[in-house]
Amino acid sequence: MSALCEIRELEVAYRGNSVPALTNIDLDIHAGERLAIIGESGSGKSTLARTIARLLPAGARVRGEMRWSIGQVPLPGRDLGFVFQDPSASLNPVLTIGEQVAEGARRHLGLTWRTAYERALDMLERVRIPDPAKVLKAFPHQLSGGQRQRVAIAAALAAGPGILIADEVTSALDMIVQAEIVSLLDELVREAGMTLIFITHDIALASGFADRVAIFRDGGLVEAGPTGAILTSPKDVYTRALLASHRDLSTPPLIREATS
Amino acid sequence: MLLIVIVLTFLLLESASGDAVDAYLLSIGGGDATVAQSLRQAYGLDQSMLARLWLYISSLSRLDLGWSVAFDRPVLLLVLERLPNTLLLMGSATALAFGLGSALGIVAGAKPESASDRVLSTVSLILYAIPSFWLGLVLSIVFAVQLRWLPTSGIETIASGKTGLTRAADIASHLVLPVGALALIYTALFLRVMRAGMADVWALDFVLFARSKGLSRSRIVLRHVARNALLPLVTMLGLQSAAMLGGSVVIESIFAVPGFGRLAQEAVSGRDAPLLMGIILVSAVLVICINLVIDLLYAALDPRVGASEPAA
Amino acid sequence: MRRIRNLMKTPEGMAGFGILATLILVALFAPVLSPGDPLRIAGDPLLAPFVDPAFPLGTDRLGRDVLAGIIHGTRTSLAVGIAAAIAAIAIGLCVGLAAGFAGGLVEEALMRVVDAFQIVPSFLLALAFVSVIGASVPVVVLAIALGAWADPARLTRAQVLSIRERDYVAAARVIGMHPVEIAWKEILPNALPPVLALSAIIVAAAILTEAALSFLGLGDPNIVTWGSMIAEGRNVLRSSPSLSIFPGIALVVTVIGVYLLSEGFGKTLAGSEA
Repeated sequence: MSALCEIRELEVAYRGNSVPALTNIDLDIHAGERLAIIGESGSGKSTLARTIARLLPAGARVRGEMRWSIGQVPLPGRDLGFVFQDPSASLNPVLTIGEQVAEGARRHLGLTWRTAYERALDMLERVRIPDPAKVLKAFPHQLSGGQRQRVAIAAALAAGPGILIADEVTSALDMIVQAEIVSLLDELVREAGMTLIFITHDIALASGFADRVAIFRDGGLVEAGPTGAILTSPKDVYTRALLASHRDLSTPPLIREATS
Repeated sequence: MLLIVIVLTFLLLESASGDAVDAYLLSIGGGDATVAQSLRQAYGLDQSMLARLWLYISSLSRLDLGWSVAFDRPVLLLVLERLPNTLLLMGSATALAFGLGSALGIVAGAKPESASDRVLSTVSLILYAIPSFWLGLVLSIVFAVQLRWLPTSGIETIASGKTGLTRAADIASHLVLPVGALALIYTALFLRVMRAGMADVWALDFVLFARSKGLSRSRIVLRHVARNALLPLVTMLGLQSAAMLGGSVVIESIFAVPGFGRLAQEAVSGRDAPLLMGIILVSAVLVICINLVIDLLYAALDPRVGASEPAA
Repeated sequence: MRRIRNLMKTPEGMAGFGILATLILVALFAPVLSPGDPLRIAGDPLLAPFVDPAFPLGTDRLGRDVLAGIIHGTRTSLAVGIAAAIAAIAIGLCVGLAAGFAGGLVEEALMRVVDAFQIVPSFLLALAFVSVIGASVPVVVLAIALGAWADPARLTRAQVLSIRERDYVAAARVIGMHPVEIAWKEILPNALPPVLALSAIIVAAAILTEAALSFLGLGDPNIVTWGSMIAEGRNVLRSSPSLSIFPGIALVVTVIGVYLLSEGFGKTLAGSEA
């Protein structure tokens, strides 16, 4: 696997903020890998995602370099798909699902509306939406949260990009739905040989399917490496603390009294 | 609700110190008490207030709006005669203002804080501050008096005997100035509402999602942002309908257009209570109807309205 | 005071404040700036503007000084505009608060009345009111207020309804605050800002409505107003259009001043929330 993107000394600051959101980031992204960016709130992980996708708000200052092996900077939609955390907010309430999935394909693949709609139907089937023909004509408010997130994924992938960035896509969903969405993403990415950049604060979720992880804290990169290596022998104190504070059903309770 | 309008208006007009008979007598140069008394008896103005209110409401159910003292004709007929002119005036002005205002609002809202946005915002601020009657006068001075391009008053050339298309063209040329005056001011309002709506929509997440799909700028501006900003504009259209009807009074008076608004002015000067009541009632009904149409339009534009359970 | 300083930072606020401050000063010092009754015959009729330094803006058909009319007309426009707006907002606040708090049948009944007043075009209502009662300044103020109170009432009630359910009100109730105290301390201060934002628009509309009423001859006949001056000028529109143009310009400048001030306010409020 070669480096798809080399990020060197990246620094990003939002307009009006003297404190940068990201400082001195050196990171490689390998083609075809599943990379998990892990961090708590304010760690800068979303900022990194948006910088890669060129979706920063106006006035944001970017310094440093991002060298791409594909020759040109990836274009959102055509080379890069982005899925957001809140599925209700991602979809335009007054347009049909079909139109919102098809428009990306139409723009970047040069399809007619008719062919684009056929492709949209195909995409909806691939993200396992039940009754896709009916959903094509439906509106976002008629779907559940999990379904909307699937639609968002379908829309992001409609033009067949090589890179998918998923920014906390499961954080707003219920546990069972989370697992479904993650397995869906894994399958789609594997099938198409895409590169997946998965942003999350949940280290356990990420470790389940990521090839490499990168730990972020307060705008800086703490450490990055293959998942197995980081989990078994973390080099940084923070990574160790992050792993230690993970909770599941086998962890002893926080409050003594709860056990009785 | 209409009942409240009726009762309140009735009470209002009751508090007048003189009634229609007084005004009539004044206009014919005076009369003595017996004449006044017999007139009042004939028009039923000598009965008690409650009795007259009851009579009025019951006659309303038969669509009888009373008798205009000043014009000596049934109120309903007068209203129906004048209404089409006003509807034509208002309708054209609204359509023009809506089209122009939303288009310019989209241009301004496409790039907030840009040069075009600032220019449009400033111009709309100035236009909206202009009183409609003054604008009507100024336009009249420029186009009708100085340049003599357009007629100064009326709705068509009197006794011209024109029919069909030439008549329509004649009416149109008479209406250009009044419609223009009304439309310019409402264009300013719609522009501002559209622009403000677009500024609000730009901040929403689905616009960011549309950008992440790499869609063309024109598609994002028109199909995503403007399409959503249209909704508050349509709501505003409904809210303004009452105001626009009121605004037609002055415009019609300046340009001597024989319309509904002008009728109100004539009712006022003739102290014609039944006519005035009829006008207020009909305006209220008109506003209700317009709002109904606007509600339907809004429901057609926003799929969330009247939504039931999710499909799956 | 801090608010006013913040206001001055925005260009709109500064411009609006400047315009309105000038107008208020002109209104207050009208007798000094232009002594004597503006309706008296001061010179030859129909003098052109910019010709005679004694009458910078010319004279009308009867020889009355146009500039004096404009200066004194400022008093009417500002006084009526502000008074009508205050009246409309006061009535609207009362009705809205009552409806929002009382709930049930009282709320229903009050809102039906609000509906009725919103459906009838406010200008027609004002027209009818003035024509029936008689034209004088207090009547005009009341007439305009009658047409304008419905919107603030509706807005206040909506605010009360939404604030009533908020967490900090529930918290106040839990610690045992008296309902009236809650209304005064928690709800009213938060319900006020949107209604106040509306107030500038109401003032502007009131000024324009007063002008329209006096244009149609329904204003107070004993005082000079810009609207009546425009109506006067209409008689000699072809020969001396300036008689109608100058008072109109005065109206436009005044209303722009009000709008600019409200935009400035809006920006400072938004800025302080951000």
